Amino acid sequence: MYTEKVMDHFENPRNVGEISDADGVGQVGNPTCGDIMKIYIKVDQNTISDVRFKTFGCGAAIATSSMVTELVKGKTLEEALQISNNSVAEALDGLPPKKMHCSNLAADALHAAIKDYREKNGK
Amino acid sequence: MRRVYMDHSATTPVRAEVAEEMYKYIIDNFGNPTSLHSFGRQVRNAVEEARENVAASIGAKTNEIVFTSGGTESDNMAIHGVAHANKNKGNHIITSAVEHHAVINTVKALGKEGFTITIIPVDKHGVVDPDDVANAITEKTILVTIMHANNEVGTIQPIQEISKITREHGVIFHTDAVQSFGKIPVNVDDLGVDLLTISGHKIYAPKGIGALYIRKGTRWKQSLFHGGSQERLRRAGTENVAGIVALGKACRLATDDLESEARHISQLRDRLIEEVTSNISYVNITGHPTRRIPGHASFCFQYIEGESMLLSLDMKGIAASSGSACTSGSLEPSHVLLSMGIPHEVAHGSIRLTLGRDNTEEDIDYFMEVMQPIVERLRAMSPLDQETEFQMNSECEACKVSSSCRA
Repeated sequence: MYTEKVMDHFENPRNVGEISDADGVGQVGNPTCGDIMKIYIKVDQNTISDVRFKTFGCGAAIATSSMVTELVKGKTLEEALQISNNSVAEALDGLPPKKMHCSNLAADALHAAIKDYREKNGK
Repeated sequence: MRRVYMDHSATTPVRAEVAEEMYKYIIDNFGNPTSLHSFGRQVRNAVEEARENVAASIGAKTNEIVFTSGGTESDNMAIHGVAHANKNKGNHIITSAVEHHAVINTVKALGKEGFTITIIPVDKHGVVDPDDVANAITEKTILVTIMHANNEVGTIQPIQEISKITREHGVIFHTDAVQSFGKIPVNVDDLGVDLLTISGHKIYAPKGIGALYIRKGTRWKQSLFHGGSQERLRRAGTENVAGIVALGKACRLATDDLESEARHISQLRDRLIEEVTSNISYVNITGHPTRRIPGHASFCFQYIEGESMLLSLDMKGIAASSGSACTSGSLEPSHVLLSMGIPHEVAHGSIRLTLGRDNTEEDIDYFMEVMQPIVERLRAMSPLDQETEFQMNSECEACKVSSSCRA
């Protein structure tokens, strides 16, 4: 049911972990619905220099989290905000329809991390 | 890669002896059992012999057995048939909160046709209290349908106690014995039921064949299938001869091997539960600690999601199943786990391992070898704080798994 890319990112997720001195942290989902994604970013001159994630959820939740960290590294904050849940799913060659709305939240977590960074820095 | 099948409650492989028997009725003896000629007569004998085997395996008479396409059809046929045949008597149906969808959705469908439904809750182990059934019965009650053993957690229901109550009140009692049949003794007189569902593919026969037991004298009518006079007017449609022959054979084998298999499989299951609960932290067993069918082990692994576990196990060649939302096809975790009072966040980490006759000690070793690193990996990835997230106030083991625990 999952594409090879999804399975690859599930099996070998990129950038798993936390950043202890993160500039921004974003979290979406809750344990009741079965998916929680937490994204940590490091920002250097308006560019995302490092990004990590931690996710509780199904295969799609883990793969989308991993993919969003790959897509966003080295991007400016403005470019990062252009990344949507749909573009993450596309980068994974698609997700099963029922996963599109429940486990495809990684871009939301990223946007929350950017918002957190901007609020902390008064921007 | 090693492949280990631990999903026998989903389906079982067809036994070689069963397949051989079937083969004869696909290739050589292809006749229609209704036909008068020798081709037909030969097959008719095989169908009736299979019926004898099925009847004998549950202590029924041959004319009380109707062949169907499987558990879902038997459940539908039983429930619709009793409901419509007894409409003039009453319109109230009682069932439990942990039934298979084949029962619960059938009962709900009747609820939209003017029948009233009572759904009996279960305790934290998934057991129905017979007193609740007694209290739910009214003068309008025409049917009680409660499963013998649960498919997700393996809990065995007190069918005998419930049937005493239904008999006293003259209410018809149906049980879905799909998960218990072939694993523990199933005898229609001991259980005291009026209708009973069995399915072939859970007992090493193929998919697409099952049977419904209808006790002689039960007010029931065929209300779903219209057609020819097969199965003494109780189930129209040309008989699935190869399937029927296979079911007959599988029933006989299951009866012969019942004790030895139950012993072998429960030993493996007990070891599996022991190893999982003593070597992996934050794991709860779901279902009743002792009143469960052999081979059935079900757990909730906290801080991880079921589908992730299944995918990881599958990559290592192990087949299991889960009641998490991601695997149920809806956004909700399993209704069985929720009705046992297990919180959503814990239910998402559910996993079911169901052992069968071919599983070995080495399979359990392999599972433990593979499962521990999977749990560690997924927990390391989880943002949930394992010290505080699901903190419970009580030291009671049952409270940790079920919010409805009143201990």
